[in-house]
Amino acid sequence: MAWKRIKASLPPGRHYFSGNEAVAEGAISAGCRFYAGYPITPSSEIMERMAHRLGQTGGVFVQMEDELSSISAVTGASWAGAKAMTATSGPGFSLMMEGIGYAAFTETPCVIVDIQRAGPSTGQATRVGSGDIMQAKWGSHGDYQIIVLSPWSVQEMYEQTIQAFNLAERYRVPTFLMGEEAVGHLRENLEIEPWVRVFDRKKATGRPPFEAKSPRQIPPMPSFGEGERLLVTGSTHDGLGIRRTDDPKVHARLIERINDKILLNKPTIVDVDGFFLDDARVAVLCYGFTARSSLSAVKGLREEGYRVGFMRLKTLWPFPHENVGELSERVERIFVPEMNRGQVGGEAMKSSQCEIISFCQTNGEVIRPEVIRKELMRLL
Amino acid sequence: MVRAMEQYLRPGIPTTPFCPGCGHGILLGLILRAIHGLDIDMREMLFVSGIGCAAWIPSPHFNADTLHTTHGRAIAFATGAKLYNPKLRVMVISGDGDLFSIGGNHLIHAARRDIDLKVICANNMIYGMTGGQVASTTPRGFTTSTTPLGNPDRPFDLCKLVEAAGGRYVARYSVTQPLALMESIKKALFLEGFSFIEVLSPCVPQFGSKNLMESAPKIIEWLMEKCIPREKAEGLSREELNGKIITGEWGDV
Repeated sequence: MAWKRIKASLPPGRHYFSGNEAVAEGAISAGCRFYAGYPITPSSEIMERMAHRLGQTGGVFVQMEDELSSISAVTGASWAGAKAMTATSGPGFSLMMEGIGYAAFTETPCVIVDIQRAGPSTGQATRVGSGDIMQAKWGSHGDYQIIVLSPWSVQEMYEQTIQAFNLAERYRVPTFLMGEEAVGHLRENLEIEPWVRVFDRKKATGRPPFEAKSPRQIPPMPSFGEGERLLVTGSTHDGLGIRRTDDPKVHARLIERINDKILLNKPTIVDVDGFFLDDARVAVLCYGFTARSSLSAVKGLREEGYRVGFMRLKTLWPFPHENVGELSERVERIFVPEMNRGQVGGEAMKSSQCEIISFCQTNGEVIRPEVIRKELMRLL
Repeated sequence: MVRAMEQYLRPGIPTTPFCPGCGHGILLGLILRAIHGLDIDMREMLFVSGIGCAAWIPSPHFNADTLHTTHGRAIAFATGAKLYNPKLRVMVISGDGDLFSIGGNHLIHAARRDIDLKVICANNMIYGMTGGQVASTTPRGFTTSTTPLGNPDRPFDLCKLVEAAGGRYVARYSVTQPLALMESIKKALFLEGFSFIEVLSPCVPQFGSKNLMESAPKIIEWLMEKCIPREKAEGLSREELNGKIITGEWGDV
C-alpha cells in the first residue's frame, strides 16, 4: 500500500502557531525532506522554520538564488526521490511559472505554497490579497492540470499541507497551497493528532514512467540512482520518456492523459464544506481567509432568521463545478466575496444555473464580516 | 573499443541529431570514453542538460539517468538532485547560451556553493538551434543573424568567470584537442567540488557559414589556429595573444 501511518512532527495536543509555522510542521509531518526557496514577504517564516526543522530531521534545505532555481531544484530533488517543496508569494510565484509547467509536464510530485499578497507586481508586500488563484491554474503556457488547496485557518495550513503532499504524490502533480498573508501571519491554536496518514509515490521497476493503462491511473515513478536509466524531459515524450517532438498522436495522447488523470479523479480530489444550505435562498460561496468573515456574517444573519447559506471551497482547482452547479439549482443567488477582481466568481459562472454576484475588494485588507453582512442584506 | 563503448549508449537510439561538422559528437564520445576510462557504472551517473543542441548530447543518447530540463536551469535542477542524493554522480552538459546567458546566475551560484557538479559547456559561440543568433560568447565583430553588421559586444571569458565565482577545477579545451579534453573530463569526474570545462565546438551551419567558414575543415582549422595552450601563452605579449583562446586548466589541477 502506498498509504502509511507515521508519527506527527510535533507532540500531540494543543499548540499555538502562526499559519506559516504550521505549514512547515505539516510538511515535516508529511515526510517532506527537501526545501529550496528564496526569501519573500509574507512567506519567509515557512522557509526559516524549514531550515531549522530539516536540520533536525536529516533533510536538505537550500536557499537558492531566485525562485526560478528554487522550483527547479525542487523538481530535481523530487526525481532524486524526495518529497520536496518551496514557498513564495506573488512576485516569486510569477517567476516559478516556467518550472511549474515543467513539473506538470514531467508529472513531478511537489508542493508549492503561495502566501498571497496584494499584487500585481511588487504591490503591497505586507498586505493581503487573493489575486493568484487564476495564475495558479493558468500561469504556465500550454494545457495542464494542477491541484490547488485553499486553507482558512492555522489548523488547515497544517492539515492541507499534509494533504497537498499526499495529493502530489498520489497523482504525480504539482500541488499548491494558496494561503493568504492574513492566514500566514495569523496565530491561533493548532491541534496535533499523534498520527498522520501519508501517501508515498508508487514505484515499479521496468515500467514506463510516463504511460498508464487507463486515463485515471497514475504511472509509477522511479527515482534517479535506482538503475532505471530514466529519461525525463520537458519536451513531448512517449511512455519511456523519449522525445517525440513532431508526432501529433504522441503529443495529443500525453496532453489528454496529464489532464484526464486529474479531471477524471475529481471526486476523490475535490473537497468543499457547507453549512445552512438546506433552505437557503442566498448562498455565500467563499474560500481562504474570506470564508472566516463570510461564516461570521452568515451565522449572524441566520440568528436573525434570514435564509442564507454558506459553501466553502477547500479545493479551488480542479474547480468544484459540480458542487457549484448543484448549489445553484437550490438557491436563488450566489454571492462570491473575494480579495481580487472576481477570479472565483467568474469561474463559478461557468457552472451556475443562478445569478452569481461577485463582491471584490482589492485594497490590501481582509473583507470584514460587517461588509459581507451589509452586502448580503441587499440580496435578502 | 567501439563495441566496448556501446554499453554506454541507450539501446534503440540509432543516430545523433547533430549537423555535419558539429563538434558535439566528438564531445559525446569523449565523455563516454572518460567514464569508461575511470570504470564508472553508468547507473551511478545522472546527466542533466538544459535546452539547445548541446543539451541533446546526453539525452537521449546516454544509457543512464538523464534529466533534460528547461532553458538555463539545468544547474538548478542538478543542485536539487545532488543535494538530496549525494551518491549520484551528477554531470551537467549544456551550451554556452544555456549555461551563461539565460542560466548565468545559476552557474555562478553553484560555483560559489561548491556543489559537487561536473559542468561541461559546449561552446559553439552562437545560438545554433534557433538559427544563429548572437551569443554572450560570440567574438566581437563576428556576423550572426541578429548582428548583421558584426557583433558590437565583447564575449565572456567563461573560465575566468567560473574561476572568479569559486569553481574548484576549471578548464578549457577544444574538440580539436581530444586527448587533453578527455583527460580533463576524467579529472573533473575524479575531483570533488564544482568542476567546469569549457569545450570549444564548431558549428558549421550557423556560426561558420556566416563568417567565411562554410565547411567543417575550415572552422576546425580556425579553431586549431586560435587555440593556444596555457604554457605557450605565458611567454607571449598582449599583442601576440590578441584573438587567441588560451586552453588548459585553472584552479585545483
